[in-house]
Amino acid sequence: MRLTVNRKAVTVRAHPLTRLLDVLREECGLTGTKEGCGEGECGACTVLVDGEAVNSCLVPVAQVQGTRITTIEGLGGKHPLQRTFVEHGGAQCGICTPGMIMAAAALGPRPSLDAIRLGLAGNLCRCTGYAAIYRSVRLASRGRSKGKGQRAKA
Amino acid sequence: MPKRRVVGRNVLRKEGHQKVTGLAQYIDDIRFEGALYVRTIRSTVPAGEIADIRYNFDRTGFTIVDHLDIQGRNIVALIDEDQPSLAATDVRHVAEPIVLLAHSDRTRLAAAEVAITYRDATPNFDPERSDLLFKSIAIDKGQLDRGMAEADLIVEGEYRAGHQEQLYIEPNGVVAVPEDGGVTLYGSLQCPYYVHRALTVLLGVPAEKVRVVQTETGGGFGGKEEYPSMIAGHAALVAMKSGRPAKLIYDRVEDMLATTKRHPAIVRHRTGVKKDGRLTAMEIDVVLDGGAYATLSGVVLSRGIIHASGPYRCDHVRARGRATMTNTPPNGAFRGFGAPQTQFAIEAHMDVIADRLGIDPLRLRERNALRPGDTTATGQKVGKDCSALQVLREAGRRTSFSRKRKTFKGSNRGIGLSLFFHGSGFTGGGEVKLASKASLALTERGVQIRVASTEIGQGTRTMHAQIVAETLGLPYEQIDVSIADTATVPDSGPTVASRTCMIVGRLLQRCAEDMRARLGRNTPAAYFKKHGGFVVTKQYETPPGLEWDDETYRGDAYGSYGWACDVVEVEVDPITYQATPVAFTTVHEIGRAIHPMLAAGQIEGGSSQGLGYALLEEVVMRDGKMANAQLTNYIIPTTLDTPPMAITILENPYTHGPFGAKGVGEMPIDGPAPAVINALRHAGVVVSEIPATPEKIMKAML
Amino acid sequence: MQGTIAGRQLLQPRSLGDAVKMLRDDGPLVPLAGCTDVYVALNFGTLQPTRFLNLWNLDGLRGIEARGTTLRISALTTYTEIIKSAAIRRRLPMLAAAAREIGGVQIQNRGTIGGNVANASPAGDTLPVLLAADAVVVLRSAAGTRRVPMTSFYTGYRQTVARPDELIVAFEIPPVRGRQWFRKVGTRAAQAIAKIVVAGVWDTARAEAQPRLAMGSVAPTPLRLSKTERALGSGASLADAQEILQREIAPIDDLRSTAEYRRQVAANLVGQFYGEARSRR
Repeated sequence: MRLTVNRKAVTVRAHPLTRLLDVLREECGLTGTKEGCGEGECGACTVLVDGEAVNSCLVPVAQVQGTRITTIEGLGGKHPLQRTFVEHGGAQCGICTPGMIMAAAALGPRPSLDAIRLGLAGNLCRCTGYAAIYRSVRLASRGRSKGKGQRAKA
Repeated sequence: MPKRRVVGRNVLRKEGHQKVTGLAQYIDDIRFEGALYVRTIRSTVPAGEIADIRYNFDRTGFTIVDHLDIQGRNIVALIDEDQPSLAATDVRHVAEPIVLLAHSDRTRLAAAEVAITYRDATPNFDPERSDLLFKSIAIDKGQLDRGMAEADLIVEGEYRAGHQEQLYIEPNGVVAVPEDGGVTLYGSLQCPYYVHRALTVLLGVPAEKVRVVQTETGGGFGGKEEYPSMIAGHAALVAMKSGRPAKLIYDRVEDMLATTKRHPAIVRHRTGVKKDGRLTAMEIDVVLDGGAYATLSGVVLSRGIIHASGPYRCDHVRARGRATMTNTPPNGAFRGFGAPQTQFAIEAHMDVIADRLGIDPLRLRERNALRPGDTTATGQKVGKDCSALQVLREAGRRTSFSRKRKTFKGSNRGIGLSLFFHGSGFTGGGEVKLASKASLALTERGVQIRVASTEIGQGTRTMHAQIVAETLGLPYEQIDVSIADTATVPDSGPTVASRTCMIVGRLLQRCAEDMRARLGRNTPAAYFKKHGGFVVTKQYETPPGLEWDDETYRGDAYGSYGWACDVVEVEVDPITYQATPVAFTTVHEIGRAIHPMLAAGQIEGGSSQGLGYALLEEVVMRDGKMANAQLTNYIIPTTLDTPPMAITILENPYTHGPFGAKGVGEMPIDGPAPAVINALRHAGVVVSEIPATPEKIMKAML
Repeated sequence: MQGTIAGRQLLQPRSLGDAVKMLRDDGPLVPLAGCTDVYVALNFGTLQPTRFLNLWNLDGLRGIEARGTTLRISALTTYTEIIKSAAIRRRLPMLAAAAREIGGVQIQNRGTIGGNVANASPAGDTLPVLLAADAVVVLRSAAGTRRVPMTSFYTGYRQTVARPDELIVAFEIPPVRGRQWFRKVGTRAAQAIAKIVVAGVWDTARAEAQPRLAMGSVAPTPLRLSKTERALGSGASLADAQEILQREIAPIDDLRSTAEYRRQVAANLVGQFYGEARSRR
């Protein structure tokens, strides 16, 4: 089966019913995406399929052939969300963070607080109480991270 | 407060980059060549004797471990020695581990059928009818009868809190690698040295043959304080028997079914009060359901009962507590550790008293809050670092509490508050017994912190590095933190009890002061070039003047207390009986915020867990088994369940804390539940049990 | 994960025609749409079937279109597509309301209306909507097409009239006149299973219009509350209608809630529906 993962073409040997989560973690060696529950409740396994957030623990790999899959590793490390989640406390223990960032990445430009809460309602965090996550997402969307080379936008 | 270079600033989290890029290595992310997968075969009955075990599968390639394979002692070494690692003859709870299977092929492992038959015994699920007492504690102050005689009114109440599941998003998991007659254990854990001790006892090997390495840990909240000793023991047994690495990672269902939870509690109050609201006498009874084995029940009871009378002055207090056995999975550590249960009760009770007397709940607390110079129930005199009144008044002011108490009357909205406190560090002589150590090393690479304290999200690495950097006068970026590896770090005690900053941070501060003196005007690199490296190690010293008597339970229970006040506004839907928290305000006094953003993170996160405890999180037990062991059915707050939170941090330094810091990790979870219950009462809904589910609210309203 | 993939098989038809032939000739096969229910069972180790049919990429199973007065919603329409559809917002807003309350965004991007109906849970969030809308289920097999009113589709707990060789391909919604109403009472504000879920329609602008009311999680199947509707429509008092309601529903105690709670809240919801409908006159 052929997939595109983080803009690279990948040939996958796994059984077609294998969970996308396991294909990513085990066959592709991309362990950034996490398993928190196996029942589509926690969102720690969130990846983007053609730009849409999905729970990869509930997706058979056969159904994502020919799609573009993006995992946390595909953000490059300098994405505004990755900066703000560090700078503004969006990540504490970090286990929900890859899924949370991917879900946030799918929110679209300059989401309102309500849109953020709605868009992240499928991602559980036990550490933060979500407040710092909202701050991190809002500041990322406004281009206000302190990283080098990042111009502050109005 | 003097302005500092590093302390008091929101420096970047040490491992932040790894966590946001997927690079951070949690135990399930690490590849171990040739590893076997492990599966735990567990009891399906709550009480009975094992009659027969049948292995109905082709055993080729399997490693099978039972209690007979244990070379050391078949216990999970903790405090009492009552809990076996693998059940030998009798089982005392559903999900009790009996046999371990291991295989390199997960499919064959999952398909293996093990049939166990039991001679059932009659289980007991009622902690008040138990015939096995784990621990009892008595606190006496003054003379209760005298205090009751002085009262104008005596108010009684009974309060119940259920289990709560820690629900770290990363389940328990470890990998044990056999090495050289011993084992190295990698895993998601809070206390490497607890695991170390448990393994030496179980495997019957000397200390130097066991090494424990903490991997990046996806949340703990106490759920990985003592439980990892159990799972680590299992992995180690398989590793030793098979000669191969043994990987044991629980899925969510198993984790919820089998691992520890918060102790359910029944707390009864009988309180004497004057008409003007002054407390004259407090009689308190606490019953904790310990589950099948003691684990930490005695210590949970200890903290619970010490906090049971709340942050109030009262001359006459009699508190009695007991932790008993039931045939349910053993309960254990969870953030707050007894104090959320008992402070829920006292704070709910205070509003009952306020109601009966016709006094504003804020005024009632003002009248009775501890002030510097007052003594607690154990006779501890609180000092200048007591901020009960400040946090109460500040929270009341910020929320217009007293005005809203009037204006909300008759609507579906209620406003409620709770005033609470939390002792930092181990109770009484506990820190002396722990004799924690911290080390600071000067190496070729620079300065390295070596402590057994673990990063579990709260910011340990960051906060410790700030303390050291500030004290040494070096940049934060130059301070490195060692992995929590028992081969490298001394025993700094467990990462629990809100002690990681106040106790271990203080040890590191003393190490850094020493190192500073030795470095003189040299940079670390210059010094190393001239003289080579060195390691400074400091051990815990009791602050002068602290005295505690374990027999009479009197004296200075904790070096210092944090103080906090929560105010919650709740809206009740008259059609569905759902209660929604719509506003949350808290004022927390924590001595000193080493990293204000991390401290706020603890307060926001702990408060959110407290709201879940109050309204959503219910463990449904059926015949001694958790019936709702899935995230679909055991529910924690999502973004849409969490109200906006207004957090205020006050500083009132503790002399013996690093830069004045007290603890902050646990206190936030003590307050939300009673504040919610009190808000419900204000809205006309009287519920004395948490979680206050819509079903309970409906019963209260109809 | 407690389940295993080994020994299971996935057939991948290239067209709808292929798919129904496989169902006829290569069965038994469980059709897979968004997998948001089936894969939970797989993860829990409770998934008994071993042979599956992948529907995800088949043409002819997606899309929402108005065909004359009928609104046709294809079976593999996801909840996200339902939420975004202007046609549904215009003609069947209660379906969009239901879709918004299902899971979080991740579930909405994969879960499908066909899957919700085929899964046949009494708590399915779209089911009361389809019942109240008098939807028609379009079933296709190698033998042809069959239409079944939604109100006749369920015969018992998780039992439907669909044959093993039939696929749900679409739902046909006749015009719905009047105000549409949907309310889900979950275990929490998001990502919640319904303790009780209700959809209603009442065109109070026309005196002769009959209300339509359907409810989930109060019986082994989702229910069209025909007796309660008739009472409300014939001018009975709310109290009388609520009494009839109690005889029409049969809620149970379960992990999430109690029969007592469901009965009380069901009555309250009917009261709310009634009150809001009347206040529009």
